[in-house]
Amino acid sequence: MDDLVQVTDRGLFVPAANVYIDPWQPVERAVITHAHSDHARAGHRLYLAHPVTGALLQTRLGSSISLQTLPYGKKLRLGSVQVSFHPAGHVPGSAQVRLEFRGRVCVVSGDYKRHSDGLSAPFEPVRCHMFLTESTFGLPVFRWEPAETLGQRLCLWVTEQLAQGRHVCLTGYSLGKAQRLIRILNEAWIVPFVHPAIEIINQTLKRCGIRPGNYSALSEYKKSLGPAVILLPPAAVDRLPAGISGPFVRAACSGWMAVRGMKRRQNLDKGFALSDHADWPGLLKTMEESEAERVWVTHGFAEPLARYMQERGRQAEALRTAWTETPEEAA
Amino acid sequence: MKQFAELCEALDSTTSTGERLSLLTAYFREASPVDARCALALFSGWRPPRLLKSTELRALAAELSGIPLWLVEESYHFVGDLGETLALLMADEATPSPSSGAPEDSLHGLLLHMNSLRQASHEEIRSFVLRQWKSLDTTGRLIFNKLIAGSFRLGVASRLAITAFAQAFGLSEETVAHRVAGDWNPLADDPFSAGESEPDLALKPFPFCLAYSVENTLASLGTPSDFLLEYKWDGIRCQIVRREGRMALWSRGGESLDKAFPELVQAASFLPSDTILDGEILLVRQGRVMPFTELQKRIGRKDPSPTLLKKYPVMFLAFDLLMHKGEDIRSQPLRHRRALLENLIVPDGDLLRLNEGFNVRSWEEAAQLRQAAPDRGAEGIMIKHLDSPYVSGRKRHIWWKWKVDPYTVDAVLLYAQAGHGRRAGLYTDFTFALWHEGRLVPFAKAYSGLTDEEMAEVNRFIRHNTLEKFGPVRSVKPQLVFELAFESLQRSNRHKSGVAVRFPRILRWRRDKQPHEADSLQTLLNLLAKVHPE
Ligand SMILES: [Zn+2]
Repeated sequence: MDDLVQVTDRGLFVPAANVYIDPWQPVERAVITHAHSDHARAGHRLYLAHPVTGALLQTRLGSSISLQTLPYGKKLRLGSVQVSFHPAGHVPGSAQVRLEFRGRVCVVSGDYKRHSDGLSAPFEPVRCHMFLTESTFGLPVFRWEPAETLGQRLCLWVTEQLAQGRHVCLTGYSLGKAQRLIRILNEAWIVPFVHPAIEIINQTLKRCGIRPGNYSALSEYKKSLGPAVILLPPAAVDRLPAGISGPFVRAACSGWMAVRGMKRRQNLDKGFALSDHADWPGLLKTMEESEAERVWVTHGFAEPLARYMQERGRQAEALRTAWTETPEEAA
Repeated sequence: MKQFAELCEALDSTTSTGERLSLLTAYFREASPVDARCALALFSGWRPPRLLKSTELRALAAELSGIPLWLVEESYHFVGDLGETLALLMADEATPSPSSGAPEDSLHGLLLHMNSLRQASHEEIRSFVLRQWKSLDTTGRLIFNKLIAGSFRLGVASRLAITAFAQAFGLSEETVAHRVAGDWNPLADDPFSAGESEPDLALKPFPFCLAYSVENTLASLGTPSDFLLEYKWDGIRCQIVRREGRMALWSRGGESLDKAFPELVQAASFLPSDTILDGEILLVRQGRVMPFTELQKRIGRKDPSPTLLKKYPVMFLAFDLLMHKGEDIRSQPLRHRRALLENLIVPDGDLLRLNEGFNVRSWEEAAQLRQAAPDRGAEGIMIKHLDSPYVSGRKRHIWWKWKVDPYTVDAVLLYAQAGHGRRAGLYTDFTFALWHEGRLVPFAKAYSGLTDEEMAEVNRFIRHNTLEKFGPVRSVKPQLVFELAFESLQRSNRHKSGVAVRFPRILRWRRDKQPHEADSLQTLLNLLAKVHPE
């Protein structure tokens, strides 16, 4: 595709720096945009990441990984390429990777969102010649409701369910979504119980100085506490965790919930379209602001988004990568 | 219209039957009578004419939103429902204006307007749709889109709507059910008007009486000699209506069977006028009842050729008499109805035949009869109280069914997943659901148990009725009903359905059943209570 970045069967490769970005096969040197499992895989010899992502990688992959960290905005020379990280606003520690080589700049977005979540460093547009963007929600049917009204609707619904004596299971990705939910619930004075997978992430974030909000561990739940709000990773959706019983309702919190069929398909009682990705207008705005001459579109609705950009006179191309999130786990 | 849209939204966001019933009742009470009638019709399956083809609607949405047509298509492909896709794409475009007082502000007015545009030019239809899009709010637009795109559906069982309607207007459920049975158009006829003897109505069937599965010991039913036992046949349940020189055959789903079974219509002409029979259509060769799969070859074949009639010979096995010499005798005890039926239908007729009845002195005898059922081509026995009236729907202590295989339910196909290896590319892994409080709750996954032809047909259905698609899984319109069997079941507090079933398998495709006729979760729980009494 270009001499600066290339897609290989191991991942996105930057030959002049001899590094891969979010590779999906084990490599020597990997630059990691954020700690979601489809981007940060095990088995690389050396990891380069933002300090928060680095801490999360050690939690997820073990403290024995070889890790080098780089804060936002600081430049690092790799081979003949200047590498720097810039906030992507997706989850804590998430970064866009800026690559500068012989006066040309390429930005790899990783996953990103444009709305601030109060938790992650807000997205910063970076001007570049070439921009590689995600497109998880790259269809015009995806337009997010403002986070405030969505949060209010969510709390109202949760409160109603609790009042009727039902446990409420909310599902969302352990990193990012779970912490946003804790904060939203805290606004309504609700303290949720969190699954151990979320608890581990929370502990790591606390060590990095990021406060996930007020929550309790699932193990602290006692029957005498009555109906509870339980945060779960999306994998464990159709049953209550061991030790809790009684009537319950389930709601998923993900951008996919903008579509009713997604809610029906997962047999959910409720869905909230709370997303950590850019919506359609957000994607268009970002491509515009990058001022890039060439745009590569990757995982999600890459083909339609690339074609739409082409029809508007932009040089755009869909790229096949292995970064995929299933709707069940997507943020 | 606003009122109706709000009702739909409210119904969609509650799972409790009680709440849904009171929402519906409140709507029927507050709405104008014509609106109420239209809503009842919509909930019982009636649809207004489709004004625009789906392709035309998409083109219109593209034009209005400024999104290229191919991208509208792409979006529709993902969302699965055209009405919803358009509502999502239009989110920014429309600015709802306050009610204009136009006639189409009411549900009836809107449907009437749609009806009047049936022959209209494309231009007229276009401006009508644009006007609606501009004036409706988000919810209203969603419902309107679903109506014009022909994708209107709600998880409200027509039974629930009938109950609510009856409550709202102080009518009996039987009356409402009878009057809306069969085909009717709420814009053309008012089945609730005073003079109700139009010929159309006269040919309508009565609501069918349905049986409960035997849940406890037979002894708990009462004294064996109080019951009439019959074989339970696996055919097409049917009422034959003979009125003033005309005949009609009706399925349980309210569909006319006249075209499919002309020889039975012919035979019914020999019945005395003003007679309604209830019974089962079966395929019989050399005196043997053939499996349902054989009978299926006749379903859906309108105006069958003489060759087909000969190859797949059917008969109607009568087991009840509902109208005799113009008199509705449903409230009379079964023993009386049966006596009249025996005078009317002979036990050895060729096309109309009397279903054999048995009297037993002990429940052991009943059990023996049930054991013998498979040899006769029957799937179990019916146990009917001799003093029982013919009721509409399912009521306890009236009719019981006792199947040979105790663990079977009729469930609705909800998701399909592509198989691997040899069957890659074919949807072979199905998830089935049962009704619970007006919604379909998935409860079991089952793999193939279908013939190759059926499999091909189901796959075609899946491809054309996908609601959404993700990876290898598709969710499909809840439309196909299958009978599932399983080895055992147990309670599971940690499953949404509350029950875990072991080794579920597909017994057969119930083409004769509508999705709302599938079993409920309660059926499963009743089976459970029988297996593991608490
Ligand atoms: Zn991510």
